[in-house]
Amino acid sequence: MQSDWHTVQKEVRLSSHIHPLAANADKMPSSDHSSTAHAALAELIRQAGGVVLGKERQIRLALTCLVARGHLLIEDLPGVGKTTLAQLLARLLGLHFQRIQFTSDMLPADIIGVSVFERASNRFVFHPGPIFSQLILADEVNRATPKTQSALLEAMEEGQVTTEGMTRRLPTPFFVIATQNPSHHIGTFPLPESQLDRFLMKIELGYPDRKAERELLLGADRREMIAGLATALTPDELQSLQQAAGRIHVSAPIIDYVQALVAYTRHCPDYQFGLSPRAALALLAAARAWALLDGRGHVLPEDIQAVLPAVAPHRLRSTGQTRRSAGEIARALIEAVALP
Amino acid sequence: MNRRQQSWLLAAALAVLAPLAFDLPAWLCITSLLILSWRALTLWRRLPVPAHGLLLLLALAGVITIAAHYHTLFGRDPGIALLLLLLALKLMEANSLRDGHAAALLCYFLMLCQFPYAQSMVSAAMTLIAVVLTTAALVLLHHPRQAAPLRLAASMLAQAALFMLLLFVLFPRIEGPLWGLPGDAYAGLTGLAETMTPGSISRLSRSEAIAFRAEFSTRQPPQDALYWRGPVLSRFDGSSWSAGRPDTGSTLPYATRGGASDYTVTLEPHDKLWLFALELPGVIPADGLITRDYQLLAKAPVRARLRYAMRSYPEIFAGRDESPENLRQARQLPLGANPRARLLAQAWRAESGDDGPALVRRMLDYYRSQDFSYTLNPPLLAENSIDAFLFESRRGFCEHYAASFVFMMRAAGLPARVVTGYQGGEINPVDHTLIVRQSDAHAWAEVWTRERGWWRVDPTAAVAPSRIEKNLAAALPENGPLLLLARPAFLWLHEMRFRWEALANAWNQQVLGYNPRRQREFLSSLGMATPDWQRMVTVLGVLSSLLLCAFSAWVLVERGQSRDPLQAAWNRLSNKLAGRGPRRVGARGMARQNWEGPQDYAKRIGSALPEIAGEIFIIAELYQALRYGPVANPRKVQELNTLIRRLKP
Repeated sequence: MQSDWHTVQKEVRLSSHIHPLAANADKMPSSDHSSTAHAALAELIRQAGGVVLGKERQIRLALTCLVARGHLLIEDLPGVGKTTLAQLLARLLGLHFQRIQFTSDMLPADIIGVSVFERASNRFVFHPGPIFSQLILADEVNRATPKTQSALLEAMEEGQVTTEGMTRRLPTPFFVIATQNPSHHIGTFPLPESQLDRFLMKIELGYPDRKAERELLLGADRREMIAGLATALTPDELQSLQQAAGRIHVSAPIIDYVQALVAYTRHCPDYQFGLSPRAALALLAAARAWALLDGRGHVLPEDIQAVLPAVAPHRLRSTGQTRRSAGEIARALIEAVALP
Repeated sequence: MNRRQQSWLLAAALAVLAPLAFDLPAWLCITSLLILSWRALTLWRRLPVPAHGLLLLLALAGVITIAAHYHTLFGRDPGIALLLLLLALKLMEANSLRDGHAAALLCYFLMLCQFPYAQSMVSAAMTLIAVVLTTAALVLLHHPRQAAPLRLAASMLAQAALFMLLLFVLFPRIEGPLWGLPGDAYAGLTGLAETMTPGSISRLSRSEAIAFRAEFSTRQPPQDALYWRGPVLSRFDGSSWSAGRPDTGSTLPYATRGGASDYTVTLEPHDKLWLFALELPGVIPADGLITRDYQLLAKAPVRARLRYAMRSYPEIFAGRDESPENLRQARQLPLGANPRARLLAQAWRAESGDDGPALVRRMLDYYRSQDFSYTLNPPLLAENSIDAFLFESRRGFCEHYAASFVFMMRAAGLPARVVTGYQGGEINPVDHTLIVRQSDAHAWAEVWTRERGWWRVDPTAAVAPSRIEKNLAAALPENGPLLLLARPAFLWLHEMRFRWEALANAWNQQVLGYNPRRQREFLSSLGMATPDWQRMVTVLGVLSSLLLCAFSAWVLVERGQSRDPLQAAWNRLSNKLAGRGPRRVGARGMARQNWEGPQDYAKRIGSALPEIAGEIFIIAELYQALRYGPVANPRKVQELNTLIRRLKP
């Protein structure tokens, strides 16, 4: 279903070259800039798709998340390519990458860093922790105690860390990809709703399909492939992309639509509580970035619908006893709310 | 269900219980109320609900008690009682949404159940409250976070009310009472009985219930001439008076003469045959009969409010050619009883001879001279009640006077009989109808003489003239046992009651009395040529459809879909494609799903109808740019319209 949408968008874009009228209609003030950006992003996606096979949609979503200045949570079983995806993004974007493996005996200082007394200079010197990098892979974040989790999440929210009375800014761009095991696994501290809300998106990778898996088995080592890739975007270009995403046009009907979606979750008995205004903002930011990745100057309802499965379900709690997947929840929500 | 839903359901159940409480046994209503309160307590205090075993035991005990109360579990009353009890118990254990729905539906059913008992304005108003509350509860079951369920329910019901009004006015009416199905429905009705014993009418006089209403179209006769004739009692067995064999005919047994008064009577149901009319009736209503002793009867017991036009002639002399058998009946007395009264009567007979009027005068003089008094609670009289009344207690109500008078006349050899009915009535100044209550019940006497036939003598008038000239309250002593409302000190209450009864009368006439005849009249007055049922159903269908269209149009305008030309064009495309395509998905075909964005829609159409895929993609691309893009361009909307019009699917 989701990949269907994607093909639609490609085909429609193709069709816009058929008729000059339609092509004119698409001409937007920022389209020149966004078309070069779009070309770079398309190349990036193509390269990434060659390494993480059959997960083009998840790669797009991860990139969207990055462009929308959000953080990404990947929930899945071990070994489906979470780390590979994070490393791949870091490599392609030329970002400084650190991986933090969370464990239950980890302390906040293990992430943020500590001040150590140096005899030579006779003073305390701050040794920055792994959080001082541009892209962080927080692996198995739900294994750490809530205290350690919240140290990371605060850094994500504020873009800075404060230790021993000193506030230190984190590098920009600052992007966290956290992974977690499905929360019903033993020995986990599930992230509470308030902290899940800090992640712009939560996606699942899932097993690769038969063809992709075969290709993976036949192909070269992924680590080596990543190491062999060239940087596709500089951090500066990434930042200008992030700014461009903020300039993507959002029309009144789209705002109406977001409001209708949010209002529905607040009234519908299927959910214990509805989406917050922060969730609505997140939805809009993600849709803007998605439209940018698509090379469009404005947001369409399809953009909202495309990012909704990643943005909304982890912020909702169903009332029913049966656990529904994020895709099912998003599908039900989309089909319940008419376009304004 | 959450607490809010449960609380609303409880409120609905309470509102359903309220009107039923008038008609079901008190113990059942109190039990149901207790169970509901218990549930409310567990809800508000978050206490645990009782175990299932206990509920089962309660239900079983309830069923057994109901069976014992009614001696059966079948029939209307035990059925309703059971349902009410089960509703209360259901709410006690209801947890799932399904239980909630079942309880709400049961509430709706129980609302219907109270109509066989009462159809007054009060019960209608109470049912309305129950309907609104139950609907609100139902709304909340579907939308637990609905902020104003009452408002939504009220607005939904207000829309339904228009359809209700149409159905009420136009749905072909059927003859007869809709609710009066089983036989036990009439047990509680009050009114005059077939027999009269000392105390029977004074008991009836304590009831303020309305017996009937009359509207005069000619001038209303004076108060002391308002004798509404009811059962005529000519058989006396020593303690009670009863009617003879009803010998009926369908023609008047006398000739009319003199001035007449015309009026319409609206009779409350009393489950007896009698119809009431001023003495003496000059016409027989349709479906009516007249007895040989001039009483009007219906052919079937009056079980629904009955309205009939009547004309009465106060000056008729009837019965000069009375049959010897009837006269013999009118002289009959049980042997041996009341020796003192007999002796007195025979003494008078010896003095006055055959002169009837003289005997009557002597008897009335006797009442006046011997310190008789008029009271609602006379002392209990032993055997030989006439003797005891005439010579010892001398305190009595109209039935004592009428009975003793007739006894004395018969003992003196004059044919006489007791007539029961109502005397007087009260004009309601609000709608100018004459209201006759059970408290106006009265008994008087008729004697027969060869010269005049039967003529009326009211011995009560000799003792308490104000009873006849004014009303019961005026005739009774200040501190006697009379209903509060009848006291002059409560004039304002009296006034309020007048208003209320005028309203109730309008309700009875216009709403409950809307029978096939009135429906025809009303529809004719609205301009429907021949209101037969086919025409009514047709008009009903047409008007309902119009109403439905009006509501739909309103919804469309509300959504603003028809106002925006761009959206109108886009919807036109969807309408154009509805029903097309190789695979018909539902009835909508290739119409756009309401949540479907332009690109998704174009893609779907494109794969289903490849021949127009190119055009559709162009249209969709243009539409999405106009709708969601930063620049609005009205000229482009025209182009979009053209593209859609040219599209040949």
